[in-house]
Amino acid sequence: MKNKTIKVGYLARVEGEGALYIKVKGGRVTDVKLKIFEPPRFFEAFLRGRDFAEAPDITARICGICPVAYQMSAVHAMEDAFGVKVEGQLRALRRLLYCGEWIESHVLHIAMLHAPDFLGYQDAIGMAKDHPEIVETALKLKKTGNEIVSLLGGREIHPINVRVGGFYKAPAKRDFAPLLERLKWARDRGRELVRWTARLPFPDFERDYEFVALRHPDEYPFNEGRLVSNKGLDISPRDYDDTFVEEHVEHSNALHSVIAGRGEYFVGPMARYSLNFDRLSALAQEAAREAGISPVCRNPFQSIIVRSVEVLYAFDEAIRIIEAYEMPDRPSVEVRPRAGTGYSCTEAPRGSLYHRYQIDDGGMIVDTKIVPPTSQNQKTIESDLWQFVPDYIDLPDTDLKWKCEQAVRNYDPCISCATHFLRLEVEREQ
Amino acid sequence: MKRKRKPKLAVWKFASCDGCQLSLLDCEDELLALAAEIEIANFPEASRAVMKGPYDLSLVEGSITTPHDAERIQKVRRASKRLVTIGACATAGGIQALRNFKDVKEFTRVVYATPDYISTLDKSTAISDHVRVDFELQGCPINKAQLVEVISAFLNGRKPNTPAHSVCVECKLRGTVCVMVAHGTPCLGPVTHAGCGAICPSYDRGCYGCFGPMETPNTASLSDWWSGLGVKEGEIVRVFRSFNAYAEPFRKESEKHEE
Repeated sequence: MKNKTIKVGYLARVEGEGALYIKVKGGRVTDVKLKIFEPPRFFEAFLRGRDFAEAPDITARICGICPVAYQMSAVHAMEDAFGVKVEGQLRALRRLLYCGEWIESHVLHIAMLHAPDFLGYQDAIGMAKDHPEIVETALKLKKTGNEIVSLLGGREIHPINVRVGGFYKAPAKRDFAPLLERLKWARDRGRELVRWTARLPFPDFERDYEFVALRHPDEYPFNEGRLVSNKGLDISPRDYDDTFVEEHVEHSNALHSVIAGRGEYFVGPMARYSLNFDRLSALAQEAAREAGISPVCRNPFQSIIVRSVEVLYAFDEAIRIIEAYEMPDRPSVEVRPRAGTGYSCTEAPRGSLYHRYQIDDGGMIVDTKIVPPTSQNQKTIESDLWQFVPDYIDLPDTDLKWKCEQAVRNYDPCISCATHFLRLEVEREQ
Repeated sequence: MKRKRKPKLAVWKFASCDGCQLSLLDCEDELLALAAEIEIANFPEASRAVMKGPYDLSLVEGSITTPHDAERIQKVRRASKRLVTIGACATAGGIQALRNFKDVKEFTRVVYATPDYISTLDKSTAISDHVRVDFELQGCPINKAQLVEVISAFLNGRKPNTPAHSVCVECKLRGTVCVMVAHGTPCLGPVTHAGCGAICPSYDRGCYGCFGPMETPNTASLSDWWSGLGVKEGEIVRVFRSFNAYAEPFRKESEKHEE
């Protein structure tokens, strides 16, 4: 009685290749494994001996969903190593680029990967038959996010315009005119998206997480700030390696990250939101209140609402940046490489993304460390399932399996990201 | 003529960043129309539903890097009437093929937490090294308009219209002044396959070859031009060794400039 094994051989509607294994004995959960079998790609190994200027384009290829995040963490880490500050309009353009990525990535997850779980569809295509308006609107919102990335970055996936020190080319003010009109339309629809997600049925599930995210004195965080938590953490990204440690477990091709001496933690939209509610724009705060979520949200299923609040914020922030934009005199500041180590955390759509580079006096990369958000959330995802499964143990197997998948998708896991920094032994091909 | 059933499309992932299959979901204007014409039979990034093969068209993203994947691609081929590779990983081994240039011992010497947990091959290889491929769409990432064209061509039994000329032609078509001639900016455009629309030069930057080699590229001549612009040998090696490092013309050119 009540002995069962839940196996999801290939997790769908996540980025990359992962599987789930849960064992239940006598009604009790005895094992949970989020298995990551995405093949490793050795980024840390082959970045050695590359020029510092190549890091943004190479690390972008870790993830096709959030290449901007990799580019932003890479350029900020390099600038940290070289003592370069990028300010004014160039700094604002970087925030704008990140707004575009948050929008395209979040809306993809909200409408196409996550919402079908709440409404019982296999995918967004099926959902579109009964809810055409929401899927069609979401596609338009996603497209608007992609338009920001395309205009500023040259293309949606693996943008080409980002460099250490700024950009290759800065847009003229007039280039933004048509986009600005569409962004204003999208901001209104974004507000409706928050309302729509708030009406979805949510399981009654909360945990006392340790949320970790950047916090900036004035802004909702993208590229700068201290790494803080609701349990007393408050560090510079330079102290990251003293605070977080990574463990290698057998069932995953990605390292599990924990806070030294304390254990698992939570990064991503819900952490960012709960630690930075007061930094959201008035419009985004109002939409969150109207949606009925408190300034600290502990139900991971409601991350879909939080994501839509962040989408609304990103539209609002993008409009603010474009309206205040004046074309800078030069598209980048001068960069003179020197020997040293640079550190950076930026807020990828899925949470804090840490890069560290050691550079020699010729500007070549000597050593790299990259910690993507999903590897930081792996342990928390597994812990959620330990607590979640017993409450739903009486569901038929197919329903229980689906619920567990949904609990994993709460984190919008990007398995492609999580795997690529792992160092490995090589087996010889015969 | 009325079709009896909708053609079945499958999307498969091997070692990759997900970006090329994301291009399909980035077809915001075409996605629902496309879904009306075809049966999305296997596309785990987008759907839980999985239909059994055979599939009329398989899109394959990613390179082969593990013993398991080397077997899996054989199964994918057997289940697919037509197989199209999408992106630099699937057509040339991708950025992860940089391992191919390293001595494997150099990797194994590095101390790993628990290396026994992992198995991997010492080379990252293109899909066509393992199975017959009906068409290769180049790009890191692929261009989504070209993706729609390729899908549409295969479903209608015609040849895809994807020009094989160099990025230079695309610069001329969009009226971009040559960055190499006018500004002395080193550019891979003359040897790189068209398809992106010549984005980099229009952003005051030289092409970095993410679409891989064009047909019969004159890489030696371009390297001479780069040397004339003051680019050092080591940098020429790195420039040919990026996202399409193991595509033959780029691989051979990079090897020529190694000490």
